[in-house]
Amino acid sequence: MNPKLWQCQTTNCGYIYDPDRGDRKGKIPKGTPFEDLPDDWKCPVCGASKKMFRPVETPSTAK
Amino acid sequence: MKVVEIKPDVFWVGAIDWNIRDFHGYSTYKGTTYNAFLIKDDKITLVDTVKGPFFNELLHHISQIVEPNKIDYLVINHVEMDHSGSFLQTVDAIKPEKIICSEMGEKALVQHFKRTDLPYQVVKTGDSIRTGKKTIHFIETRMLHWPDSMFTYIPEDKLLISSDAFGQHWATSARFDDEVPFDELMNHAAKYYANILLLYSPLVQKLLAKVKELNLDIDMIAPDHGLIWRKNPLAIIEAYDRWSRQEAKRKAIVVYDTMWHSTEKMARSITDGLIDEGIETIPMSLKVYHRSDIMTELLDSKGLVVGSPTINNGIFPTIADILTYMKGLKPVGKIGFAFGSYGWSGEAAKIISQYLSEMKVEQIIEEPLRIQYVPDHEALKKCYELGRKLGERIKETV
Repeated sequence: MNPKLWQCQTTNCGYIYDPDRGDRKGKIPKGTPFEDLPDDWKCPVCGASKKMFRPVETPSTAK
Repeated sequence: MKVVEIKPDVFWVGAIDWNIRDFHGYSTYKGTTYNAFLIKDDKITLVDTVKGPFFNELLHHISQIVEPNKIDYLVINHVEMDHSGSFLQTVDAIKPEKIICSEMGEKALVQHFKRTDLPYQVVKTGDSIRTGKKTIHFIETRMLHWPDSMFTYIPEDKLLISSDAFGQHWATSARFDDEVPFDELMNHAAKYYANILLLYSPLVQKLLAKVKELNLDIDMIAPDHGLIWRKNPLAIIEAYDRWSRQEAKRKAIVVYDTMWHSTEKMARSITDGLIDEGIETIPMSLKVYHRSDIMTELLDSKGLVVGSPTINNGIFPTIADILTYMKGLKPVGKIGFAFGSYGWSGEAAKIISQYLSEMKVEQIIEEPLRIQYVPDHEALKKCYELGRKLGERIKETV
């Protein structure tokens, strides 16, 4: 089980990292799996660290 | 109305919304204010704007102190529209040299107003600007309660401009905490916390720790809504500490709605049982109480009991409303149960019980309490006993 999507667990944040989209602001190119994000990468919405993310079991449309 | 000088050369220039009674689903029986502050120094700074329709009031207040176009810096602590609604009009009127906001603030401003051509200056915690005699420091408070939220602090005046934290929805002719009855002020502040900030309680704890760590010397807190804490800034900080730890007392609320008074009779008997166990209890009918007042009473209640009749195989719509609202605000550490009268299928109490499970409410009965049609004396005795049982359990924990 290696889900692609990871969701931020900060209260009321809910940002979903999608490797197909990457993170333009954090200079993360498209196609970067969550596991390969640098350790100092931060949630672009609330600034939480990677530790605050959990895998999403089903693809979400919350974008 | 004359503007008020809250500190030397720092003025309240906001607007008073006397007539608002519903603030996105929060009942504001006494209106609210949209506070904005003008700092008169070598560089003149406006902190925050007001809700759209109140722009003229803001401009009128600014004009008493300076020509609006003399303002150099505009600080946007928070982009929610009750503070940014008149952003574009304000920018047109003052033509600021800099618009100072957080990184998420710039993003939100662009998303709201589609203007990428404005002189944004992004700041983060630890950044400050000198305006002459005064310095303005910035503290990001992400997700309290929006990603863009930040505080503004002026050390020379020991003044914290706290955006949407520490506020209250209350329109008054007074500007300061010592000019109004203290108990009423704290009730408004509690309602504000319970309905806007409760879900962020873990972050509030972190923020309070951070403020301690930064060792800010604060003798005045100026929020963007309601009264300014001049006499008692510590009182509201201590209250936020208490509320964010979700400390409860020996108190319970019995929230219900009813079609033919059967669920209401059950609610009254449960309430009687709780009261006879010495628990401060309020039966809260959705026909009488607004959802935001229920949240205020839940803030310091240990007991949470919810009841609904079954209608068309589901819960009563007002109960769906309060449960959705309550679940989103994430109360923690409650004890209670679900109940309801029904005719034949009886799903309502079970649906409530699911909601209570999702809110991690400790339920004192395996199956919710359901009574068919009209509760008789025997059934009401069962309700009463269950009220007593909950009262005992509350006393074991508080």
